[in-house]
Amino acid sequence: MPVKNFVVGCFKEEEGVFKAVKRVRTSGFKLHDIYSPYPVHGLDEAMGMRQTSLHTAGFFYGLFGVIAALAGMAYCTVHSWPLNIDGKPHFPLPSFIPITFEFTVLVSSVGMTLTFCWLCQIMPGVKKHIFHPRQTDDLIVMAIELTKDSQAEEVKKWFADLGAIEISQQRAEEGWWYGNFSMPAKYEQELEAGHPVTS
Amino acid sequence: MSLRYESTIREPLINGTKDFHQVTEDIVRPIEGKPGTLWYVGLYISVAMLLFGVFAVFWEVYWGIGVWGVNKTVDWAWAITNFVWWVGIGHAGTLISAILLLFRQGWRTGVNRAAEAMTIFAVMCAGQFPIWHVGRVWDVFFIFPYPNTRGPVWPNFNSPLLWDVFAVGTYFTVSVLFWYAGLIPDLATLRDRAKTKLRKFLYGYFSFGWTGNVKSWQRIEALFLVLAALATPLVLSVHSVVSMDFATSVIPGWHTTIFPPYFVAGAIFSGFAMVQTLLIVTRKVLHLEEYITLGHIEAMNKVIMLTGSLVAMAYCSEFFVAWYSGDFGEGGQFWWRVDGPYWWAWWCLITCNVICPQMFWFKKLRRNIAFTFYMSIIINIGMWFERFVIIVLSLYHDWIPSSWTYFSPTWADMGFYIGTFGLFFTCYFLFSKYLPVIAIHEIKHVLRVSGESYKQNMKSIETQPLPEFVERVSREEHISTGVGALR
Repeated sequence: MPVKNFVVGCFKEEEGVFKAVKRVRTSGFKLHDIYSPYPVHGLDEAMGMRQTSLHTAGFFYGLFGVIAALAGMAYCTVHSWPLNIDGKPHFPLPSFIPITFEFTVLVSSVGMTLTFCWLCQIMPGVKKHIFHPRQTDDLIVMAIELTKDSQAEEVKKWFADLGAIEISQQRAEEGWWYGNFSMPAKYEQELEAGHPVTS
Repeated sequence: MSLRYESTIREPLINGTKDFHQVTEDIVRPIEGKPGTLWYVGLYISVAMLLFGVFAVFWEVYWGIGVWGVNKTVDWAWAITNFVWWVGIGHAGTLISAILLLFRQGWRTGVNRAAEAMTIFAVMCAGQFPIWHVGRVWDVFFIFPYPNTRGPVWPNFNSPLLWDVFAVGTYFTVSVLFWYAGLIPDLATLRDRAKTKLRKFLYGYFSFGWTGNVKSWQRIEALFLVLAALATPLVLSVHSVVSMDFATSVIPGWHTTIFPPYFVAGAIFSGFAMVQTLLIVTRKVLHLEEYITLGHIEAMNKVIMLTGSLVAMAYCSEFFVAWYSGDFGEGGQFWWRVDGPYWWAWWCLITCNVICPQMFWFKKLRRNIAFTFYMSIIINIGMWFERFVIIVLSLYHDWIPSSWTYFSPTWADMGFYIGTFGLFFTCYFLFSKYLPVIAIHEIKHVLRVSGESYKQNMKSIETQPLPEFVERVSREEHISTGVGALR
């Protein structure tokens, strides 16, 4: 993933962020993302995001679970080794309901959680750039990517006008990479050593 | 910016003047600090109990089930009693985390993390009993339907015992997923505060690279909601299935349709008691009184009272049906409960489960911490006896009077049970030291609307005194609709 330039503004209050989000959509700046220590309701809509389809994925996993459980049990008791127990049916649906239900819940939850991890790009061993260590504590952090149309000073002034309490400029990798949080990434080491990484 | 409005009259969920940073500090303090002597003492005792349990299980596996007190007549006793008891305890955690989430109960945020952890540990303990009681434990995987060279022989999908495997297995998995998904943002908080390399590495690894961006929050909230919606019927199904282990048989005392709801109510009853036992100690030791408030304890006591009354009603209806059915065996079995060789077990059960929880009708007692603590232990003893009464007291007098017997546990029975306590508390001690016992991000989410400091700054919505307001409303109603004229 490319290394890019960002200007980062930190807000103490939700109100400031909402104001900033409304303005950024008309200002011509490129909003990278907003990070918060807790879910700020309404921010997703303000940023123009659609609702997630994770629920729909969960439904289809569940549907798969129902079919797999019933088909699996039918295979065992009807096809693979049918047993005649007092002439009872080989496929007694009512007494197959509990296992079908449990298996549906199992497949749906596991599938949905894995899909969640995949969509959010989170996994053990994944590392991402943290713009501010307090973005998981008490600050709402807004990162604006610098493009050829936006100057760092301009964005910093814009943040200051909106009441951001801390403003900084950072060079960081945009996406995720494998690494651990106890040592800096390769590009960060290069930046430290004074070899600017070209994006 | 929040559109929610909460009454100024309602008790705050978080006491004291706090901002977000203070919340983080308070909850993270025990993790970053050194644990006290009490923690080490507790952990060592738990590990000792666990090791004793390991030895008892080793003894049982080496010599066979014969080292337990079970015999030809009472062929199910402590193992299944303890299994049902532990699974039941787990149910409160899911009730708090899932059902109260669906009902939008804000107070769950203070207790849900610890309660869910308790669920997971309790189900781990419960799982030991069915695994080790099979005797030849090396063949335990036969229970799973996998293609094999023995026919293939498939497990019996009509058997409640197999339903149990699926129910408890699914329950454990879903609980772990739900719990861990909620932990990820909090682990990220710990990671970003970490000073040492090891902490940075470990919390970084286990927080999966969470950054807290908007889309991820949107997705994780959707995930919580759907997992809650799935876990709600799941938790009800788990104890229903456990009850069917008994209810689908034809043994007097077991063969009854009331079992599923009766077991679920009892499970929640005992689970909340265990949550109280753990949290009353946890909040004191970790100084979290401002997050787990008296209001939380009272709310849980109300649930205990409700479910306790439901359980009492189930006892009554069991006795009524035993009499009303006119079934000889059923009637005898229930009479022996009251006045048979095991009368003490039944009376203990009635005292602990029916009489004691009724004390919670008094608000003073509901808000009394010491009383709640003792009561929580009494209830769990009572709920253990409930399972013992159902299981052993339905078996020891079977259809042939010459086989009637009396069950007494051996040291191996007790050792196994003590061992699961060791497992449970070892896990809980480690959890309370290395993971946040309160969901930090959820507390921050409710802080703005339900924290004491925010409530104090709330503007008064209605300045008019209540009687005047009521009069005005009724006058207006009278004018506009004429309905008032009829009153």
